[in-house]
Amino acid sequence: MNFIKKYASYAFLSLSVFPLSVFADWELNLPRGVTPFSQEIYDLHMYVLWIMCAIGLVVFGAMFYSILVHRKSRGAKAANWHHSTKVEIVWTVIPFVILIAVAVPATRSLIMMEDVGDADMTIKVTGYQWKWHYDYIGTEVDFFSTIEEKSNTARRRGSNIDPFEVEHYLRDVDNYLVVPTNKKIRFLTTAGDVIHAWWVPALGWKRDAIPGFINESWAFIKEPGVYRGQCAELCGKDHGFMPIVVRAVPEGEYIAWVEEQTQAKALASDQRNSNNLLATTRTDQ
Amino acid sequence: MSEAAAHDDHHDVQSTGLMRWLTTTNHKDIGTLYLLFSLTMFFIGGSMAMVIRLELFQPGLQFVDPQFYNSMTTMHALIMIFGAVMPAWTGFANWMIPMMIGAPDMALPRLNNWSFWILPFAFLMLLSTLFMPGGAPAGGWTMYPPLVLQTGDAFPYLIFAIHFMGASSIAGAINIIATVFNMRAPGMTLMKLPLFVWTWIITAFLLIASIPVLAGAVTMLLTDKFFGTAFFSAAGGGDPVMFQHIFWFFGHPEVYILILPAFGIVSAIIPTFARKPLFGYSSMVYATGAIAFLSFIVWAHHMFTVGMPLAGELFFMYTTVLIAVPTGVKIFNWVATMWRGSMTFETPMLFALAFVVLFTIGGFSGLMLGVTPVDFQYHDTYFVVAHFHYVLVTGAVFALMAGAYFWLPKWTGHMYNETLGKWHFWLSTISVNVLFFPQHFLGLAGMPRRIPDYAVQFSDFNMVSSIGGFVYGASQILFVVVVVKCVRGGEKATDEVWEGAQGLEWTLPSPPPFHSFTEAPDPSSITGGNR
Amino acid sequence: MSNAELKRANRKTAIKLVLATTTMFFFGYALIPLYDVFCEVTGLNGKTGRLSSQEVSQMSPDESRLVDVEFVASVGADLPWEFYPLVAKISVVPGAETQVDFMVVNNAQYAVTGNAVPSVAPNEAAKYFSKTECFCFTKQSLKAGESRKMPVRFVVDPDIPRGVSLLTLGYTFFEALDTAGLHPTEHTYIN
Repeated sequence: MNFIKKYASYAFLSLSVFPLSVFADWELNLPRGVTPFSQEIYDLHMYVLWIMCAIGLVVFGAMFYSILVHRKSRGAKAANWHHSTKVEIVWTVIPFVILIAVAVPATRSLIMMEDVGDADMTIKVTGYQWKWHYDYIGTEVDFFSTIEEKSNTARRRGSNIDPFEVEHYLRDVDNYLVVPTNKKIRFLTTAGDVIHAWWVPALGWKRDAIPGFINESWAFIKEPGVYRGQCAELCGKDHGFMPIVVRAVPEGEYIAWVEEQTQAKALASDQRNSNNLLATTRTDQ
Repeated sequence: MSEAAAHDDHHDVQSTGLMRWLTTTNHKDIGTLYLLFSLTMFFIGGSMAMVIRLELFQPGLQFVDPQFYNSMTTMHALIMIFGAVMPAWTGFANWMIPMMIGAPDMALPRLNNWSFWILPFAFLMLLSTLFMPGGAPAGGWTMYPPLVLQTGDAFPYLIFAIHFMGASSIAGAINIIATVFNMRAPGMTLMKLPLFVWTWIITAFLLIASIPVLAGAVTMLLTDKFFGTAFFSAAGGGDPVMFQHIFWFFGHPEVYILILPAFGIVSAIIPTFARKPLFGYSSMVYATGAIAFLSFIVWAHHMFTVGMPLAGELFFMYTTVLIAVPTGVKIFNWVATMWRGSMTFETPMLFALAFVVLFTIGGFSGLMLGVTPVDFQYHDTYFVVAHFHYVLVTGAVFALMAGAYFWLPKWTGHMYNETLGKWHFWLSTISVNVLFFPQHFLGLAGMPRRIPDYAVQFSDFNMVSSIGGFVYGASQILFVVVVVKCVRGGEKATDEVWEGAQGLEWTLPSPPPFHSFTEAPDPSSITGGNR
Repeated sequence: MSNAELKRANRKTAIKLVLATTTMFFFGYALIPLYDVFCEVTGLNGKTGRLSSQEVSQMSPDESRLVDVEFVASVGADLPWEFYPLVAKISVVPGAETQVDFMVVNNAQYAVTGNAVPSVAPNEAAKYFSKTECFCFTKQSLKAGESRKMPVRFVVDPDIPRGVSLLTLGYTFFEALDTAGLHPTEHTYIN
């Protein structure tokens, strides 16, 4: 019953500071993101949203005016007209013009998104049930990334762990995808079993990971930081539990990280080889 | 003709009790069966939605396991689409189309009986999967391979249930087309047909063109799973994305199958309560046709993120936003119909007005989703969930409610309880917005759909949404109370029922006789449609 | 209309519509070859072509430029294999045949048969990419612990648009379906 108490106070709090909390905790809108594409998407989203609001204002305004004024209880007498070719042509043409005003910037953004050329580096992302595999093409670095253990324990039914007590609940992984800032990174997405979708909202896009096929996308992260996302295509029972965490760091830091990973990998592989050798010798005996 | 029709149904008049309903070939009986079936499915599918909202009430898993949660979302969608909304439209068509066009009954009465009685079997089969090893289907109603091929014992039942539902819809569509084409009263020309009949004719053609494609697609899934074909398996040289193309080639016309008859009903209700003829009848017909045509060339907007060539993405974006033009024409026409009318606000009108506003909001988010680059963010989030529930719940279901209140007095001969009806309306309208509006914010803030548990920043809106959901669910019980009370008794309804009512169905007594028009009505009394 | 006439008309309409329904059912199947044709024309989905060495020898190499080709490899979830290209990226002359090698290791204690599926990105460039020899043409069986070097010979069409400077050839190895079309390890799929 602890949570009820907490929620009661929480609800009370959010009510008392409602106007503030709307802008604080209650996220209402698309994030601006940290790539040129995500910012373009944000602007496009707001642009279309405002157009929709304007149309809504006109249409609903006319409708509610009519509802208030043209009612029988106020003695309104019904007119008998039911047709006007002129008006009908006008309200076919106007939406068409508005659509062109939407389609032009949308086309521009789309062309930008599809231009994956001249990338500085490539990362292959492979979706599996229910984890991600990252492969830094052209380096020795590749690893799996799965949900962080604390979240994974807390999310089980009957765990009795309050999700609010777990840091980055369901949005944390064991191995972060480390990438450099201010580099054009090409992502190749694919999958090993069913279809997944790789999505970090701050990058501005999601892309399906389809078994047997590779898909291209790109990102250019301007600000260092940790950006979280998760699988966005239903992929079975633990679809909700395969988060993505991207850590963008300055180039120098990134190079050092790759170096470190490469050495760790070489060490592990040496160890494994010697183990294998031992195993082989043993079976030989 | 009257004699022959009477002969056709001679058998049914004699049967009583259960046998009457099993063997009936009467269009009103079958319409009633469809509507009752639909209402039952509405509550079964609705209770699954309650499970979903209960689990999402707060973060963490409290009530169900992820696999069962996925079954709930999958089954909720299949039941609401194929079990609640589609049969409800067929029920309305059965009841109303013969009465609207001046015919004694449907063209193919025996087929009509069949097409209904397939349905309960299809849904028993689908619902039985809940008790099977491996659980009910949990791969989403879209059944994307390879995931859907991981379904347990339920898999073949899912496929055959869909085949049966499809067969039922196609039989219903054939019957409706034959009825309208061959059995209109003399003088009832095509451009005099009430818009409900027009929208249904177009819907029927959409059904005949799209459901067989779905049948083909699920048959391919079946052979992929059991007979060694590899249509959709990358390992065998197939392509999983191809399923999505074929599925949405069916799927997009399908969403218009769910909404076009709603346009027809609203086009009947608004002129009645505005006491003014429908504005722009012919443009309404052409707009419906245009929407139906466009529905076949926009399918890939459901799958922008699979990775298409730029030209493909542009084509599907342009065609998709183009749908806003004919849809806009419809909405403007409805508003123009209200303009300078003499409006009253009985329950059917209230639901129809709410439909116009809320469906338009769903249309706005639909247009936003059609803009490809932004869809890379919106896709598969709660923004999409909010969008399609605005068009299907406050769209299709609200129109169904409007139609039910509109014609209940005609069907039963009694007026329903207006006070209860208004309560039902206001509770539904307020709660449905509390339920679905916050889901826009959730989606924009980054919550994917089809997840049983979420990061804590999504807690607040999920809780609000769940509360709305519980109230909306509970308010629908009021509807059952209204219907039961209305069937049992109440103020006697006049033939015309509503002051501004237009059309042949209102010239018949309330309730209408067993055979609607045993003699073709006088052409001069035909007032519907184009004037 | 008399009653008999009406019945005939109704039956006629119904038969026409049943025919339309059947046509649409087969249209659903026809979408598959149609889609393949569509993919071939547009390169959608990155399906690659296959050429004989003879056809390649008739191409005139465009020595004036180089195209980068990048290689990536993935393994299906059920396959206990390691799979990687021996070179990450090379520059090739369009029109000239090139060979690269991939390495595959079976880490399992039993023999496994796999099937490699190729895909090229960007999709639009796929139709300019053809293989003359590939391990993906046939199923590959590996004994327990066996490793194998597998060659791919390919050619980039000299007609490839100038805008394309990088091609990615990706392979995914899946466990081969058995004769019944089932995964031999299907039991691990459920759950």
